[in-house]
Amino acid sequence: MQDPESHHPPGTLSRRGALECMTWAGTGLLWSLGGGLPRAVGLTRALAAEEPPAPFTFLQISDSHVGFNKPANPDASGTLREAVAMIRQLPEKPAFIIHTGDISHLSKEQEFDDADQILRDTGVPLFFVPGEHDLLDDDQGRSYRDRFGRGTRGAGWYSFDREGVHFIGLVNVVDLKAGGLGNLGTDQLAWLERDVAGLSASTPVVVFAHIPLWTVYPEWGWGTQDGARVLACLRRFGSVTVLNGHIHQIIQKVEGNVSFHTARSTAFPQPAPGTASSPGPMKVPAGELRKVLGITRLNLIHGREPLAIIDTPLAG
Amino acid sequence: MPSPHTLPRRFRPWLVAAVSVPILALAAGRGAPASERTGTDPVIIRIDNFTFGPETLTVAPGTTVTWVNGDDIPHTVVAQNKLFRSRTLDTDDRYSFTFEAPGEYAYFCSLHPHMTGTVVVRRPTN
Ligand SMILES: [Cu+2]
Repeated sequence: MQDPESHHPPGTLSRRGALECMTWAGTGLLWSLGGGLPRAVGLTRALAAEEPPAPFTFLQISDSHVGFNKPANPDASGTLREAVAMIRQLPEKPAFIIHTGDISHLSKEQEFDDADQILRDTGVPLFFVPGEHDLLDDDQGRSYRDRFGRGTRGAGWYSFDREGVHFIGLVNVVDLKAGGLGNLGTDQLAWLERDVAGLSASTPVVVFAHIPLWTVYPEWGWGTQDGARVLACLRRFGSVTVLNGHIHQIIQKVEGNVSFHTARSTAFPQPAPGTASSPGPMKVPAGELRKVLGITRLNLIHGREPLAIIDTPLAG
Repeated sequence: MPSPHTLPRRFRPWLVAAVSVPILALAAGRGAPASERTGTDPVIIRIDNFTFGPETLTVAPGTTVTWVNGDDIPHTVVAQNKLFRSRTLDTDDRYSFTFEAPGEYAYFCSLHPHMTGTVVVRRPTN
């Protein structure tokens, strides 16, 4: 239900196309999908769709939880390998991959080693931000930063530019406050303000972090306390795409010039907000698991807004 | 894929030691009926479904409280006043802390901060 399938190739509807609204019964949550917005399509359709040539494609993967071996997925490394195999078979080679955190399950050296080995096989550069599962070592993130966060600032934030797009990786899983949500902190927000100060408003911006930067479901901690300050900082930009993980399912919405999107996990699904007693790993029937795991492709077609987002399950 | 670090808990000698630690649960104070436990019962707070249970626990000074994680996801137990902080508790891991001084101790999970609980330490009335 959280994975509406589109029968339109991305980008074929106008931005003002009809809005389809979906409601989670009983939760009061509302989210919208519309023409020109991020859309989810099945693998066969994604591979077969005749899209205009996309000059610039990158991927998002998330929540690989290497080391997880509980009933919801006894082999999280195996499904990550399947995701990598799928990436290697994509018709257009992505420029790079953004991993939005929870690379490992318990921040163990062996888990980071395994993840590193598996992800290397993609053959493309990777950019990371940490999830809360990546900062569990005794030094609270030293292992992650030494391995995946070299050259970053603070707990691991940074920015870079590719193809005229400004990419910002943020960390919202550090120094969380009792009773609260994800947290960025004043140092990071001050850095962000300086980072975007010199950019022209026509620069497309992609901002990525582990926990959703907008409030998805506070009862389960799915949001970022000071996330609104990021959005305030980016309000003047004509195209902002926000990519998050953490909730192991696709949820998307658009507000003005900002497209929000959360990616599937490659390890295990979590329930839709409010549909279970807790947000813990959801065990699905045998044969269904790979339909709720997957990867995300993003295509930038210059002169067309916003970025086209295509979610592809590992199977089905 | 199980790594050498994820052996089943029951094979870990330190866990056996943790279970056998004598736990001095003194008579419960007001707000916690004495019938709920005897002087030798371990005082346990379970972590299930991203919730501490009971959310508020009242004990006498000197009581050792043990948290047990029953979830498939790791959690922590962190005092808001920084008095105590567990390491990361994987499934079935335990953490114990002995409360000496009367007071209210608010704590939370540093990974999932919407998870909160309180231990009230109070002298028995008689
Ligand atoms: Cu937790």
